[in-house]
Amino acid sequence: MFPNRAAVESVGEAAQLAEVKGRSLWADARTRFFRNKAAVASLIMLGLVAAFALFGGFIAQYETDFVNFSLIGSNAYLGVPSLETGHYFGTDSNGRDLFARTVQGTGISLMVGIVGALVAVIVGTLYGATAGYYGGRIDGLMMRIVDVLMSIPFMFVLILMLVIFGRSIFMLFLGIGLISWLDMARIARGQTLTIKNKEFVEVAVATGVRPIKIILRHIVPNLLGIVIVYATLLVPNMIIFESFISFLGLGVQEPATSLGALINEGSRTMQFGYHWQIAFPLFFFVVTIFAFFFVGDGLRDALDPKDR
Amino acid sequence: MTLKTKLLATTSALLIATSGALYADGHATHPETGEPLASDQTFTYRDLDESPSIDPGLAEDSAGGDILRDLFEGLYNQDATGNLVPGVALSHEVSDDNLVYTFTLRDNAKWSNGDTVTAGDFEYAWKRAASPELASPYSWFIELMALENAPEVIGGDLDPSELGVTAIDDTTLEVRLTQPLPYFPQMLTHFTTFPVHQATVEEFGTDWTKPGNMVSNGAYMLTEHVPQEKLVRERNEMYWDNANTIIEKVTSLVINDENVALTRYLAGELDRTDVPAGQFPRLAAEYPEQAVSVPLACSYYYMFNLRDGAPEEIQNPDVRRALSLAIDRDIIVENVLAGGQQPAYTFTHWATAGFETPDIPKASMTQAERNAMAQELMTGAGFGPDNPLEIDLVYNTSDSHKSVAIAISQMWKQTLGVETTLANQEWQTFLEARSNGDFEVARGGWCADYNEASTFLDLMQSESGYNDSKYVNPDVDALLAEAKTADNAQANYDQVEMFIAQDAPIIPIYHYASVKMFAENLEGWPYENFQQNWYSKDLYKIAE
Amino acid sequence: MLSFVIRRLAVAVPTLLILVVLSFILMYSAPGGPFNSERPLPPEVLANIEAKYGLDQPFWQQIVNYVWSVVTAFDFGPSFQYKDRTVNDVIAQGFPVTLTYGFWSFVVAVTVGVSLGVAAAIKQNSWLDYLAVGVSIGAQVLPNFVMAPILLLIFTLWLGWLPGGGWSGGQWQYLIMPVIALSTSYMASIARITRSSMLEVLNTNFIRTAQAKGLPMRRVIWRHAMKPTILPVLSYLGPAFVGMITGSVVIDVFFSTGGIGQFFVNSAFNRDYSVIMGITILVGALTIFFNLVVDVLYAWIDPKIRY
Repeated sequence: MFPNRAAVESVGEAAQLAEVKGRSLWADARTRFFRNKAAVASLIMLGLVAAFALFGGFIAQYETDFVNFSLIGSNAYLGVPSLETGHYFGTDSNGRDLFARTVQGTGISLMVGIVGALVAVIVGTLYGATAGYYGGRIDGLMMRIVDVLMSIPFMFVLILMLVIFGRSIFMLFLGIGLISWLDMARIARGQTLTIKNKEFVEVAVATGVRPIKIILRHIVPNLLGIVIVYATLLVPNMIIFESFISFLGLGVQEPATSLGALINEGSRTMQFGYHWQIAFPLFFFVVTIFAFFFVGDGLRDALDPKDR
Repeated sequence: MTLKTKLLATTSALLIATSGALYADGHATHPETGEPLASDQTFTYRDLDESPSIDPGLAEDSAGGDILRDLFEGLYNQDATGNLVPGVALSHEVSDDNLVYTFTLRDNAKWSNGDTVTAGDFEYAWKRAASPELASPYSWFIELMALENAPEVIGGDLDPSELGVTAIDDTTLEVRLTQPLPYFPQMLTHFTTFPVHQATVEEFGTDWTKPGNMVSNGAYMLTEHVPQEKLVRERNEMYWDNANTIIEKVTSLVINDENVALTRYLAGELDRTDVPAGQFPRLAAEYPEQAVSVPLACSYYYMFNLRDGAPEEIQNPDVRRALSLAIDRDIIVENVLAGGQQPAYTFTHWATAGFETPDIPKASMTQAERNAMAQELMTGAGFGPDNPLEIDLVYNTSDSHKSVAIAISQMWKQTLGVETTLANQEWQTFLEARSNGDFEVARGGWCADYNEASTFLDLMQSESGYNDSKYVNPDVDALLAEAKTADNAQANYDQVEMFIAQDAPIIPIYHYASVKMFAENLEGWPYENFQQNWYSKDLYKIAE
Repeated sequence: MLSFVIRRLAVAVPTLLILVVLSFILMYSAPGGPFNSERPLPPEVLANIEAKYGLDQPFWQQIVNYVWSVVTAFDFGPSFQYKDRTVNDVIAQGFPVTLTYGFWSFVVAVTVGVSLGVAAAIKQNSWLDYLAVGVSIGAQVLPNFVMAPILLLIFTLWLGWLPGGGWSGGQWQYLIMPVIALSTSYMASIARITRSSMLEVLNTNFIRTAQAKGLPMRRVIWRHAMKPTILPVLSYLGPAFVGMITGSVVIDVFFSTGGIGQFFVNSAFNRDYSVIMGITILVGALTIFFNLVVDVLYAWIDPKIRY
């Protein structure tokens, strides 16, 4: 369910190459990226989805948690999507405006995806860079720990944590971040091993710069390309992941919602003919994930000059 | 639905013997109603989840109870309206002080291996259920039955042999109580009191409930059990009333998702399933013969935390009453649940036997009047738009609890400006929070143990272990104590309900209904049984 | 190679121990014991139950006892929730089910995914390519908890071709929908990985050389391109396998298959410590084993890798 390690690693190799060529890598990559029509279109889609999540609330005629009591129980004919009633996407089974809720759900899903990916990337990069920089026994120990953690069925542990400590967005981030930093750590370590033998690092070491500073100032910036690609591909996976947690009823707390929670609710009522309850959230879910995948692929291709 | 109890048939053995043979072919008719019977006499229904146990001593859930009532037979059974009919016991006598019951057992009751069911089997089963060795979570039921020495036996201070139950001979069982319990015989339809076959239990240990090992005395015997998938039980040829059993095979399928279950019902795979919340009107319109809603002996309510240290705001009865008044129960039952539930202004379920719903003032007001009164009370308590009340509401995870909580929090918000924070918790966490007083407002549900008002109202007793609000009112305690021995307790119950309305330690919201889909050709379902205790042996399928 | 396998297995032991201790601590610190119910149990009843399951002992003793009986007797103890059964019973019943539909899903995902990916790569930018890419992305983003009820509606309610659930010992009719619901998203991922990997391989010099020599395309693909193409797919199989075991939660809920997914979730909700532990350890062990198999395969196919 996570981005393919081998594919992401090749970006790292490309980044090494770019070192030699100098700064032109980023300019190069930009041209390459913008030549990729699918990626550009997806980027625009993402922008639209983000705008929907940010500003959709201003168009909504109702609050996300406002219940229209006259609509509960008569969804089939009164809660249908309509411009007249102001329920552009209809209402959910509890008589709430689905448009407002989809806006909120999109926002929360995007946030879960982005924050989850950020947590994973930051922890993974720092961990991997540290292990790679120090090398030797520290490296061995740190990577063994990663090996050990990789064997733990984290989804199960996360379910346990959410059940036991009650659900909260914080717990969700923590759990999701915990699961996904391991791959990043491995990739970052591999790249660090090669970077640390470069002259600029050796100069820094010779002039007595503290290791922490070297890692943050000199190594991490050179991992940037790989980090960006990995993060972009991680976001949609985080969103899918969150939807699974929502399916188990362990997602965000009512009255807040996420796309996963909305889709889950919608999938329960679709057999009764309330198609809009699943169609709208699913549309935004699918578009977001599609777009992230394409942008991620585009970035990878752009940053990896090997001709595909 | 017109099926009379089997009691009638048992008296005429000849009729049974002749009609019984007819069931074998597909063109048989029902012995009493004369309806033509379908050739396929199997009954398949949905269970939400796997039952924790199908050992009568250890079982703890109502779905397990459904299975056990088929597999085993206690001293008494219930008929279609919930009245007692003979099971293994034919009759009983009570001593003058109402403390000693002597049951006369039938001599033709057989275990599925051919052994005779004796009074000793009951004695063994009850002592086993109470023993610390078995450590049954339902041993409290033996305590509830007020059997002599029950607490001491459960606590391990006395040997189980000291429990107040003795088999005088094979067909006579003596039971000694520590206090008179008018509803004691009703309790004997509960699975904890079912007999178990001692030799089998001792031979197989915990494995005795597996198919092939289990020896049972009910109308059916266990033939297949795949946990989380299905449990199959088939006709027990040794059952004393076997000739009157029509359904050959009963299958309970574990289907977690109620919508999936409905799909499978509509595809013809099930004969009974649950109606998802809010879907009853649509299904009733589409399948008028199949969608059924009948009262069920449970009440749904919200409780306030009245312990010391709980938030100050909700210690004010006016605030609690205002919150109670602001709930439009008609919307909850008609729109949110829409399954034939009834709005509740009393804690006791309206359909409880012998209970007249008292005239609670707010019940007869319109919602507009209630809202106005609620707003007045809130203003009086010092809350208003610039000083909104903020409360937390916890409920256990479930779609319908969620829908109710969402609706109520919005009613409070729209009418009173109350800001409610919703929190759903997993069942076990929820129970822990509730019994530890770690909540402000919590969802509650209570189902009757027996069909009498005290099964609900006893929760309001200060000392009751189930009084999670920790509502303390000496007047209520006195009224309830008096009711135990009163000839007619209705007046006491009226007053207790009045106290509940006035002090609002809890907010009654609605009275449950059992909302199901039943296959069109399935007959004999005890719709009028308030506890919905059904027996597969009473069911039959008619030819279409 | 052998020493590598041994080294990996040596790491597996402490890993499992960590897993046991971690989950034990998690559950020990959980609010709400396994024996709470709507009616609080009288203290004497609770005491009996706790004594029966050894919960009245101090924490360290419980965990030592537990690990000891698991290691020496492979005994995971009695289930707290299902009073008639032991954890070994639960696992013995649920695990083969999960493994069966997991295995078939795996087979379907790999065979269909790889063929689709290869076909798309060979005919790059043809309608076949676009179709394959479209289908696979669509399949990847449609959550299986949406797909499952849709399958049910189509095949059970409308067409009436397949039973709506159950297992019945794993007869084929009962396998079809679970396998479809479980395999599609992995199939899609595998197709995507295969496609891009194959494209890369087809552009390498040795393939170009092979083509230049005039070897037929089919032969080039099978003889030369397949092996390097499959490597990235292989590294995906480890996570995919774990994902399928986890995905069994959804399958069991919708198709009432009675696999361990449902047991796990129910046990977590009911605080059935012993079942949770048993399943977690088992899945952990399986994950370790499967990752090992994948690594060994990897080394076998890719001669560049040395251990």
